[in-house]
Amino acid sequence: MPPRSNKYMGAQRPKNIKGTLGRLIGYLKPFKWRMVVVFVCVFVQSVANVLATSLLKPLINGLAMDAQSTDVALTGLSFIDKYAISGDKLTYLGAVVGLMAGIYVLALLSNYLFNRLLIAVSTSTIKRLRDELFTHMQSLPVKVFDGTTHGELMSRYTNDIDMMNEFIARALPQFVSSFVTILGVFVVMFVMEWRLALVMVGMLVVMGILVKVIGGRSKKNFVAQQAAVGKLNGYIEEMTEGQKVVKVFNHEKIAAEEFDKINSHWATVSTRANSYANIMGPIMNNMSHFFYAGIAIFGAIIAVKSDNPLNYVGTIAAFLLYVRTITMPIQQVSQQINLLFMAVAGGERVFALMDTPTETDEGYVTLVNAVVDEQGNITESDARTGHWAWKHPHGDGTVTYTELKGDVVFEDVTFGYEEGKTVLHDVSLYAHPGQKIAFVGSTGAGKTTITNLINRFYDVPDGKIRYDGININKIKKADLRRSLAMVLQDTHLFTGTVLDNIRYGRLDATDEECIAAARSANAHQFIKHLPEGYNTMLTRDGENLSQGQRQLIAIARAAVADPPVLILDEATSSIDTRTEWLIEKGMDALMEGRTTFVIAHRLSTVRNSDAIMVLENGVIIERGSHDDLIAQKGKYYQLYTGMFELS
Amino acid sequence: MVRKLLKGAKGYEAPSVFTILLVLCETALEVVLPIFMANILNTMQLFAVDEEMNGLASAMTVYDFQGGTHALKTYAASTLVLGDKNILLNTVYSYGILMVVCAVLSLTFGSLAGWLCAVAGAGFSKNMRARLFDRIQGFSFANVDKFSTASLVTRSTTDVNNAQNAFMMIIRTVIRAPAMLVFSTVMAFKTEPKMAWVFLGAIPALGIVMFLIATRVHPLFKAMLKRYDKMNADVQEDLVAIRVVKAFVREDYEEQKYRESTEQVRKAQLKAEKLMILMNPLTSLIMYATIIGLLIIGGKDIAVGDMQGGTLTAMMNYCTQILSSVMMICFIAVQLVMSRASIDRIYEVLETDSSIKDGAQTDKTVNSGNIEFKNVDFSYSDNADNLTLENINLSVATGETVGIIGGTGDGKSSLVQLIPRFYDVLNGQILVDGTDVRDYGLHNLREGVSMVLQKNVLFSGTIRENLLWGNKDATQEEIEAACKAACAHDFIMSFPDGYETDLGQGGVNVSGGQKQRLCIARALLKKPKIMILDDSTSAVDTATDAQIRKGLKELSADMTTIIIAQRLSSVQDCDKIVILDDGKINAVGTHDELLATNSIYREIYRSQQKGTVDSDGVENSDKGGEN
Repeated sequence: MPPRSNKYMGAQRPKNIKGTLGRLIGYLKPFKWRMVVVFVCVFVQSVANVLATSLLKPLINGLAMDAQSTDVALTGLSFIDKYAISGDKLTYLGAVVGLMAGIYVLALLSNYLFNRLLIAVSTSTIKRLRDELFTHMQSLPVKVFDGTTHGELMSRYTNDIDMMNEFIARALPQFVSSFVTILGVFVVMFVMEWRLALVMVGMLVVMGILVKVIGGRSKKNFVAQQAAVGKLNGYIEEMTEGQKVVKVFNHEKIAAEEFDKINSHWATVSTRANSYANIMGPIMNNMSHFFYAGIAIFGAIIAVKSDNPLNYVGTIAAFLLYVRTITMPIQQVSQQINLLFMAVAGGERVFALMDTPTETDEGYVTLVNAVVDEQGNITESDARTGHWAWKHPHGDGTVTYTELKGDVVFEDVTFGYEEGKTVLHDVSLYAHPGQKIAFVGSTGAGKTTITNLINRFYDVPDGKIRYDGININKIKKADLRRSLAMVLQDTHLFTGTVLDNIRYGRLDATDEECIAAARSANAHQFIKHLPEGYNTMLTRDGENLSQGQRQLIAIARAAVADPPVLILDEATSSIDTRTEWLIEKGMDALMEGRTTFVIAHRLSTVRNSDAIMVLENGVIIERGSHDDLIAQKGKYYQLYTGMFELS
Repeated sequence: MVRKLLKGAKGYEAPSVFTILLVLCETALEVVLPIFMANILNTMQLFAVDEEMNGLASAMTVYDFQGGTHALKTYAASTLVLGDKNILLNTVYSYGILMVVCAVLSLTFGSLAGWLCAVAGAGFSKNMRARLFDRIQGFSFANVDKFSTASLVTRSTTDVNNAQNAFMMIIRTVIRAPAMLVFSTVMAFKTEPKMAWVFLGAIPALGIVMFLIATRVHPLFKAMLKRYDKMNADVQEDLVAIRVVKAFVREDYEEQKYRESTEQVRKAQLKAEKLMILMNPLTSLIMYATIIGLLIIGGKDIAVGDMQGGTLTAMMNYCTQILSSVMMICFIAVQLVMSRASIDRIYEVLETDSSIKDGAQTDKTVNSGNIEFKNVDFSYSDNADNLTLENINLSVATGETVGIIGGTGDGKSSLVQLIPRFYDVLNGQILVDGTDVRDYGLHNLREGVSMVLQKNVLFSGTIRENLLWGNKDATQEEIEAACKAACAHDFIMSFPDGYETDLGQGGVNVSGGQKQRLCIARALLKKPKIMILDDSTSAVDTATDAQIRKGLKELSADMTTIIIAQRLSSVQDCDKIVILDDGKINAVGTHDELLATNSIYREIYRSQQKGTVDSDGVENSDKGGEN
């Protein structure tokens, strides 16, 4: 197997914020008019909130004013202010409150409207992202899957896309809203009383610094906590999974002591990390109290020293409300910026996977259903005939047909998963139609690699593989693979019924064909005894079946595909010999008349092969029939007589 | 549930209680603060209205300072009487400073509470985890099987985490939010009862709206999460089986399947979110309505001079505090309900007693290796109709080597796991050294019986550290002797670091056969009277396998050895071979006896004979036979 690398894993911090963000926002393009409405609504909502709050000052001013005070700031709307000036305070109250109520209703409606639009946009966009990612992933070469852990790929679909969803559905509108609110409040504050506004800015700066310092410490400690959690969980996992061994060795006490050490260390680190996080809340809360005190004191000074103190009561009252209005968005903005970074980082990883080059396929030879007449002439057919042919278009426009037989030839194939690390050296071999070819050798000798090359999971840089005389690089990958069936060591069944799983081999197979395939694979007997027979649901890779039963279903799956070439990769290695005997019967039926490549650990499985290749370090060191090889008394003989251990 | 949580805080009662007290103090201060602010504003307004020094006395009757010390109130009142701008400023300063002092105190209390809460929370989590760990380590195999290892790990990690968060929330917020609600409401009534009535309408309205939405949204989100899990399961399945997908050219089919899943998720999410987005406008509506209500009632009073702007501002502040604490309470309720499942799962483990307990004769040790099964029935589900082993009678003398063969599911592993009492028999009894295994102390019984499990585990650490599990005081000579007997010494020495080679988690750095041999050496170090090898040499070649068996005998001649194997070659030299078939003993005998009399044995023999040279040579070929 090729080594796993972190190549496809993105860095923690986004590298190209602008590009990724642009690309992410590009996904919103189909909804651009809706997004315009969304942003207008967000804007309206934020402005409405600020405006409603700023009405408090004229309200109090107007209600508290008496006939003598003339230059008191009112709403500025003459049709309302006239009541205050004329002394009709109750009507003035009604009018201002009515205006406020109107603005609030506007804010509420905008809020609902943009959220309603956004969820439709975000859910559709995220669906599209998921679909595109998955579709692209399906077309990636096997190399990518071998080189990346499943966990890494899975986290693209879970963490990363969820982050992007969070960004589109929540952070983006909130960010805009916070920004508009903060800006609006500051504009109004500076217009009302610039000196107080400056005081406010000063205090905000102090708050910002505090948050940054404490937040930084908290972050550092959280990283330490993460490491401690990893160690703790790792230990729990190891000891719980190995609990039986712990018991066998009466090791409970020692394990508990070690656990106590790790647990205590975690508690210390976690306390530190959480302390900082917990202190953030009170700081944020009480900062607004300091703001209050500051605004009140400075406001009073300005008021008392001014010519028209009455005007200031409303101003200060309004400022105090602004403190409330503004602290929330400011807290949120810092969170949202964090979210933005996380979304961009997630987006970067998702797009990196989307940009990973797909399997290249220059193949132009395709597989078609064929009718072979008595003279051996081949004509193409639309219906399934049970015969296939390679359709080979030529440069001059002519098309030739070659019958699919299952003749495979390796010519001096040299291959390595990584540059400079050759796994196969100058491998040449041939398999005539219907022959059974076996590969034997230690793990890492290159057995699986050979099968990886036949179905072009990996491409051969050096040498040639011919299939019915055609270089496999010229055959379209999908058609090439359709002509081969594989049964792997790890069976991999899918969620669905037994019948669905068998039909996976050929989607248009009828129920009868599937059952016939199961019969031929010796699987019918046990399937019949399952609770729901062929309609029994298999979940989580068929966990409710034994290894042998899963293997039989996999064989039936290959049988229903009815391909001329079979690859059996360690298909019976983890089964006891009596079960294997059952499966072997199924396999023998399956192999009948097909070219078969067998990789096996157990030599009893390969004994009756037409040819056995003994591989060592990527080189075929022995080849021949079982009897030939036993007579040679080489490596195979040693293996066979148990003088040598395969690992 | 709360009681369960509090039980976990043992040893951390002080920080927990102090957190609660400090949070209460912090909340009280936060509630008082708006009053001071109101006083400042009102002072200014009174001053402004009565700028011409008229009717100060009347203003005095109208305005009654609240909060602060009596001396401060008197002082503030006197400044009003004097009507001097500068003295008036002093009042403002006084209240301002009072506010700052209160805020500093509140900050101190809050921060202390935050720190203590972190201490208590971590302590709580540590306790819970330690209790779980102890409990799980004490579990019998049957207990572990019932819960499954994966579920036990989740319970010790994720669930404990959730419980910790719930606990921290309880000691910080669960007290704070209702306290804030009560304090603020009381203060609001004290400040301006006429306006405060508005809150009595707003509080239940808000509660009902949030409750209605939350209860309706919850099942929708649950349904969505289920679809979401299915969608991710699709990806997982596709990833794991990518070679199958590609080999069968089913990429389009998988895409189709995934598209359906994502569409389902999209629809479910849209449905849930549609309801969820009502939450914000509706709660805001109530909030705004309250503000409008306050303004109308308060505005009238201000208009006729019965109230000052500062009071109105204070009431608006209470409005925010009251309504946000109602929302907080709803939020906590939802969170607690969500964490409830975790706490229940933890307690399910904590309240399960190990199904296997020490026997009465705790001092009894295993001195000889004879074993006797008497009419033993065994069932994993304690169900007499579903027996895994039925009517087993077998006696093994000290020093004997017994082989057990049979197919998958015939009960081989079950049989041997009864000897060190990993499971208890349903009927009958098992005697080790003449004593029923249920009468031994577990520690002593297992000291005497060593077992190499089929699914064996090496732990992270060096080879030596793993071997020392067998006997932590073993000397280098003892270790080497055990490793030589298990044919492990040579390959260990071939590693650059020898016995100090780091194995990594799960023993990933050695091959299957090497791992099995290390496990055998580890079990040998225990110097047991009875040694059980449960299919422990399956990845070892036959020659080495034979050598290991020889090594075992040489190391300790009077050790009873039980070998479960797939390969007949592993058991054919045994003193006795037991054939298990469908949970029953089919036959017991030596290789030759069984070959002569037993059909199952012959069948297995023949199926494996194909793979050995001698028979093959004789049967199939006249040139390649090597005898």
